[in-house]
Amino acid sequence: MIRKTLSLGLLGFAFLTCVHAQDYAITNAKVWTGSETGTLEQATVLVQDGRIAALGPGLSVPAGIESVDAEGQWLTPGIFSAFSRTGLVEVGAEDSTNDTRASGTHFSASLRAADGFNPAATTLDVTRLEGVTRLAVAPSTSNNLIAGQGFLASTSGAPNSITESRAFTYIDMGEGGADLAGGSRSAAWASLRGAFADARGYPGRFITHSEGDSLNRADAQAFGSAVRGTQLMLINAHRASDLRQIIALKRSNPNLNIAIVGADEGWMVADELAEVAIAVIIDPFSNLPASFAQLGATQRNAERLIQAGVTTAFAHLGDNGHQARLVLQVAGNAVANGLSRDQALHAIITAPAEIFALPDYGTLSPGALADLVLWDGDPLEVMSAPSLVLIEGVPQSLESRQTKLRDRYMDLDESEKPLAYKR
Amino acid sequence: MLRHSLMGALILALAACGGAEKSTSENGSEAVTIDRNPYPSTYTPYPSQTVLLQGATVLDGLGNLIENGQVLVEAGKIAAIGEALDVAEGTLIIDAGGKWITPGIIDNHSHLGVYPSPSVSAHGDGNEISGAVTAEVWAEHGVWPQDPGFSRALAGGITSMQILPGSANLFGGRGVILKNVPSRTVQGMKFPNAPYTLKMACGENPKRVYGYGGGRFPGGAPYSRMGNVAGYRTAWAKAVEYKRKWDKYADEGGDPPARDLELDTLMGVLNGDILAHMHCYRADEMAQIMDMSKEFGYKVTSFHHAVESYKIADKLADYGACSAMWADWWGFKMEAYDGIRENIPMVHKAGACAIVHSDSDIGIQRLNQEAAKALSDGRRAGIEISKAEAWTWLSANPAKSLGIFDQTGSLEVGKQADLVVWSGDPFSVYSKADQVYIDGALMYEREADEQLPIMDFELGQPGEGDVK
Repeated sequence: MIRKTLSLGLLGFAFLTCVHAQDYAITNAKVWTGSETGTLEQATVLVQDGRIAALGPGLSVPAGIESVDAEGQWLTPGIFSAFSRTGLVEVGAEDSTNDTRASGTHFSASLRAADGFNPAATTLDVTRLEGVTRLAVAPSTSNNLIAGQGFLASTSGAPNSITESRAFTYIDMGEGGADLAGGSRSAAWASLRGAFADARGYPGRFITHSEGDSLNRADAQAFGSAVRGTQLMLINAHRASDLRQIIALKRSNPNLNIAIVGADEGWMVADELAEVAIAVIIDPFSNLPASFAQLGATQRNAERLIQAGVTTAFAHLGDNGHQARLVLQVAGNAVANGLSRDQALHAIITAPAEIFALPDYGTLSPGALADLVLWDGDPLEVMSAPSLVLIEGVPQSLESRQTKLRDRYMDLDESEKPLAYKR
Repeated sequence: MLRHSLMGALILALAACGGAEKSTSENGSEAVTIDRNPYPSTYTPYPSQTVLLQGATVLDGLGNLIENGQVLVEAGKIAAIGEALDVAEGTLIIDAGGKWITPGIIDNHSHLGVYPSPSVSAHGDGNEISGAVTAEVWAEHGVWPQDPGFSRALAGGITSMQILPGSANLFGGRGVILKNVPSRTVQGMKFPNAPYTLKMACGENPKRVYGYGGGRFPGGAPYSRMGNVAGYRTAWAKAVEYKRKWDKYADEGGDPPARDLELDTLMGVLNGDILAHMHCYRADEMAQIMDMSKEFGYKVTSFHHAVESYKIADKLADYGACSAMWADWWGFKMEAYDGIRENIPMVHKAGACAIVHSDSDIGIQRLNQEAAKALSDGRRAGIEISKAEAWTWLSANPAKSLGIFDQTGSLEVGKQADLVVWSGDPFSVYSKADQVYIDGALMYEREADEQLPIMDFELGQPGEGDVK
């Protein structure tokens, strides 16, 4: 019922070459606000100029505004994938389509993943129609444990969908980083300390030497804001001892803004992480000793970290080129492993907004950007899906290359014409 | 039929003391036969009680749902299933009110044991990439029974699984079917009386590993999909000739043919004793393989990773091959580019055999959720399938594809009591396996510490005995 009226609405949009935010009302929704307001039943949300104008039960809808009856279904802010390579890669194994890393480059911190982002990549549609509206996208490491600069984007697919092109510097201080630094954790930390010195000494030390201890001139310059603490430093590590090293780094450099990706053994140092206010981005699926750095992996990691007061966001770290969308299933499983639904929603909406410092995002409250998802069931259930997705107030297409393939092959009758003529 | 020949092989195996055995034929000369089961299963079911599980929503695995149902397990078998069963005195009665009971999940495609955790270099035992045709290798010879992944899969309701060699090769070797019961040896996990399987691979992997190997591998072929098919056909042609020699020898005697381990496996497929499982993503390639199987007189039991089955679901139904599929994997390589979320229900709708498989030590832990995703995506696209029917993707169909459906894969009287008690609707992300029974023995219980297996590798390590 809802879907029918919406798809008609979307058809109308499709004819416009440029889609603008408009006023919009969603009535009779079960609204998860992500704020102290909690979850509101039978509430109305008014959207104006791409932002939430008002919300509450019994709110009257101004005349002339396009309105959707949610029929009591869940309405949440858009889901935020806190770590992925979405839009950097079209086909994983085809290097020509894969801009996640550069095996031949001598640059590191100055590599900007945003330069390789393609908002028209098929992954954007595929990810958006599952309710994910925001992405933090990281480069993969190339030849240095400092991978480069990650960015923030919406999943709208619009040309201007990157909202922050140098949002964080991504660094691997786990087994991968050790390998890139020459083969040991000692080498990795020596390399990182050298990089800190190069960035702090920029540009002075490059006047007499063209190369730094760890970084070249461009990389030292690019690493500066992370080292000064004005940019987020996102560090990959799993083993408890590696996490303690990072905690020590933060203690001796309190100005640093650090978050950790992975952190499978994070629960073992949860209190210390909370104490130094290091946030984590974890994959709650991870429960295998996949490496010797992940021996303590457990699906209870999320519950224990959140219990300890660590700001915890979720991401699907498994296939993060094409399956960032699975963060919802990941969150549902975290609920099956001790979290409340509310905590899990925080971890895929509010916590990423906190980690990436987006105050306009992450809650459904007046003034916030109107990234909204209306669901046909419990948002975290594997059998649920969005029936409406708004990004900054604009209703989004829920079509993708995949839905087109589905529709072409739903009926295999070729008696009149080959299927290639079917659109 | 299949089982009979295997039982025969088992009996022979008891008498065998070498790779081949001699017996006296009618004309008095000594006949050489090939021992088809030289590494026999030593698995025997663990002790079990007579148990009545009652008050649950029961999916029988054949497409039926019983509300407030009961399942009686006796001597390791399903003794009865229904609503108000008569039970003998002394039967342990377990109230499963609010819970769901299903047949145990059977994963048709796993590399547990051959690519175990931790994935260190010493553990890469899943691909014998030294040649494009390695039908002579057997996955069971690479399985490490201490893989912690087995215990995680158990907590996900996996009672049996097929362990396959990887897909680098045109012919990767033999797969093995295991009961998910911890054991010191792989023989202790082998599913008794299950047929052997053969792993073959289409498409990108063989041509990438060999053709693009920069001459590091012998022959440098195949380099293309043409080379792939030529490679299969060359091997099958040899196998046909090999089989002809052995058939002739069986009929007429004379000098026994020279033994060839690679061709033993292929001959087993031609004889119908070994089931052919083929990794194949693209629809057009599956169509070629179906023709090729007719050319040489064998049958493809299942196509694996069949992301494009929805494009030829009608042809797959006509041929009678199963498709083992992911719910939503796509895009990681070109032949996976056209993956869609409705693949599984679309194959089901066409009347073809659909299977949800994992190929992953993470995915295997929640195949019920993968089925749920596929089911709901199918429904949204107008394909109405009940949950009870959808469960055939997880137990009955994989059991059929593995040749063990006469023994397990549904809750039918007389079958092995391989079943899962779920905390709630297993199509919900919030439900977990509370209990897993294998041959009637309780092998996993979520709330009981002593019912959580801990593999050797995890002893004395961080997180030993933790909830995983």
